[in-house]
Amino acid sequence: MSVVPADVLPGGALAVEEQGAVGAAELAPKARLWPSLVAVYRAQLSRARVARIPLLFVATFQSIGIMILMRGVVDGGGEARAVVAGSAVLVVAFVALNLLAQYFGQLRASGGLDHYATLPVPPAAVVLGAAGAYASFTVPGTVVTAVTGCLLFGLPMTHLWVLVAVIPLAGAALAGLGAALGLLAPRPEFATLLGQLGMSAALLLGVLPAERMPEVVRLARDLLPSTYGVEAFARSFGDRPDWAFVLGDLAVCAVVGVISLAVATWAYRRAAVR
Amino acid sequence: MCAVRGLTKTYPAVRGRRGVPATPEVRATDDVSLDIRRGEIFGLLGPNGAGKSTLVRQLTGLMRPDGGSVQILGHDIVRHPERAARILAYLGQESSALDELTVSLAAETTGRLRGLEVRRARAERDAVLEELGLTPIASRPIKKLSGGQRRLACFAAVLVGERPLLVLDEPTTGMDPVARRAVWAAVDRRRAELGTTVLLVTHNVIEAETVLDRVAVLDRGRVIACDTPSGLKEKVAGEVRVDLVWRETAPLNVPEVAALRDRAAESGRRWTLRLAPEEARAVVATVTGGAAFAALDDFTLATPSLEDVYLALGGAARQGLVRA
Ligand SMILES: Nc1ncnc2c1ncn2[C@@H]1O[C@H](COP(=O)(O)OP(=O)(O)OP(=O)(O)O)[C@@H](O)[C@H]1O
Ligand SMILES: [Mg+2]
Repeated sequence: MSVVPADVLPGGALAVEEQGAVGAAELAPKARLWPSLVAVYRAQLSRARVARIPLLFVATFQSIGIMILMRGVVDGGGEARAVVAGSAVLVVAFVALNLLAQYFGQLRASGGLDHYATLPVPPAAVVLGAAGAYASFTVPGTVVTAVTGCLLFGLPMTHLWVLVAVIPLAGAALAGLGAALGLLAPRPEFATLLGQLGMSAALLLGVLPAERMPEVVRLARDLLPSTYGVEAFARSFGDRPDWAFVLGDLAVCAVVGVISLAVATWAYRRAAVR
Repeated sequence: MCAVRGLTKTYPAVRGRRGVPATPEVRATDDVSLDIRRGEIFGLLGPNGAGKSTLVRQLTGLMRPDGGSVQILGHDIVRHPERAARILAYLGQESSALDELTVSLAAETTGRLRGLEVRRARAERDAVLEELGLTPIASRPIKKLSGGQRRLACFAAVLVGERPLLVLDEPTTGMDPVARRAVWAAVDRRRAELGTTVLLVTHNVIEAETVLDRVAVLDRGRVIACDTPSGLKEKVAGEVRVDLVWRETAPLNVPEVAALRDRAAESGRRWTLRLAPEEARAVVATVTGGAAFAALDDFTLATPSLEDVYLALGGAARQGLVRA
C-alpha cells in the first residue's frame, strides 16, 4: 500500500467519485499545430544528427560516384545538366524517401506510434515535423553534390540558389511519399523494400539521360515526383534559363508534396488507432 | 473515475504462410468490467499473455474494443478515443519513439506535445529529471542507457505535463531498487498533491502487494478477482507456503518425501507446496531430520502471497508471476 491513504486526498477524492457522465471532466488543451510541429522537427533533426550522419555521407558519395562514372558516357550539354541535377536530387531521395519510409515502417511495427498517439498532438505535426527534418537533413549532401557536379562537368554555378526551392519542394514530395509508404506497408520489411525501390527508381529515371530511354521508362519518369525537381534544377544550368518552366516544374513538386503529405497524414491516423 | 464495462477484444486468427505458422484467434480481453476510483493506485496483475497490455491499450484509445464501454472522467473513450490523450499519460511497454533522443530532449518534446509551451515544458522537464535523479545523465541518448535507466527516462517523459490519470505498463521492469523507489515516490507525491490516479500493469507480486491500493487479477483475458491485496490474501489465509530446494535431486527413497511429490509444483530443484499449517509443520519436521535433511539445500516457510491467490483462484500459468 502507498504511504498516502486514499481518503485524505485533496477534494475528498473517493467521496466525489462516481458522478458519472453528468459532469464530464474538463479536457487538457490540445497541442497546437505549429508549436508541436516545431517540437517534432527539432527532436527528429537531433535524432538524424546522431544516427544518420554516416548515411548522409553514403548518399553523397554515391551521387558523386555516379557523376564520375557518367563523365565518360555523356558528352556535356543537356545530358551533363541532367546528370548533375539528377545526382543532387538523388541525395534528397535517399534520405527523404528511403530513410523516412524505413523510419515510419519500423516505428509502426515496434509500437512507437503509441507514444505519439497518446499525446494530444495533431497528426499533421508528427508527419510534417519528421518529413521536414529529414528533408533539411539532406541540404549539405545535396549542395556538396551539386557543387562537385558543376566542377566535374564545367557547369555554371550562377543559379545554384535554385536549390533553396528545389530541396524543400522535392523534399516535401519525396518525404511525403516515403512517410506514406512506411505507414501503409503491412510489414516493416515491405516499408524498407518500397523505400529502396523508390530510391532506385529515382536513380535510374532521374540520373540517366531520358532521351536514350524507351517510351515506357519515359512514362514512368513522368510519374515520379523527383523528376520535376531534377528538371527544374537542370533547366537552371542553361545559358538563359526559362524561369517559367522552372516554376512550372517546381509547382508540380509542390502539388505532389501537398498530396503525398496529406496521404501520409491520413495513413498516420489510420496506423495510430487499430 | 474510470469505469469499464464488458470490454471484449479478440485478435483474429492468422492463416499460416510459408515459414510462418498459423495462429488461432485469441480472446485477449474477455468481458472485463472494472471501476477505478480517483486517487487510487489500481493494479492489473497477471502472467505473460494474460491480456494486461491489450486491456490498457483499449483504455488509452489505442485500440478499438470489439464490444463494451470505457468511461474515463465522464468521457466515452470508445466513441472518442482521441480524448484519452487529453486525460491521461501513458507509458507503453515499448518505447522506440524516444530511443534516439537524449533524456532531456525526450522529456521536453513529450511535454510540448502534451500541449505545454516551451518555457513551461523546460521547467517541468528540469524538475522531473531532478526528482527522478536523472539530471547527471540528462544529455545522454536514451538508446545508450542501461535497461533500467531507459525505463526511468521514459517514465520521466510521462510525468512532464500533468494528467489526472497515469497508465503505466510495467514501468519498473529492469529497474534496481533505487530507481523503483524514485518511481513510487514520484507517484505518491502526485497522488498526495494532485489526487492523481494510477493504473499499473505488473506481473510482480511483491510490487503489487506493496504499492497497490486495489488489484484486479487477470487470467486469459478474464478478471478472476478484484480486491485490496490483503482482502485477496484472506481468501487463502488458511494456507502456508513451503519451498524446498534440494541439493541435487529429491530423496524419493524417503517415503514421506515421495508422498509429497504429487502435491508439489516442481521447478528445477525447487518444490513449492501449499499446505495447512499443521501439515506444513509436519513436513518441516520430516525434511529437517534424518535422510531427507542430507539432500536438502534450503527451505522457506511463508504466509501466502498474491501468487498463491492467483493459483488458488484457478490461474492457469503455474510459473507466470515473479517474486522480486
Ligand atoms: N498484435 C497481436 N496479434 C495477435 N495476438 C496478440 C497480439 N498482441 C497480443 N496478442 C495475444 O493476446 C494475448 C494477450 O496479450 P497481451 O500483450 O495483452 O498480454 P500481457 O498480459 O500484456 O502480457 P505481458 O506480461 O507479456 O506483457 C496473448 O495471448 C498474445 O499472444
Ligand atoms: Mg504486456
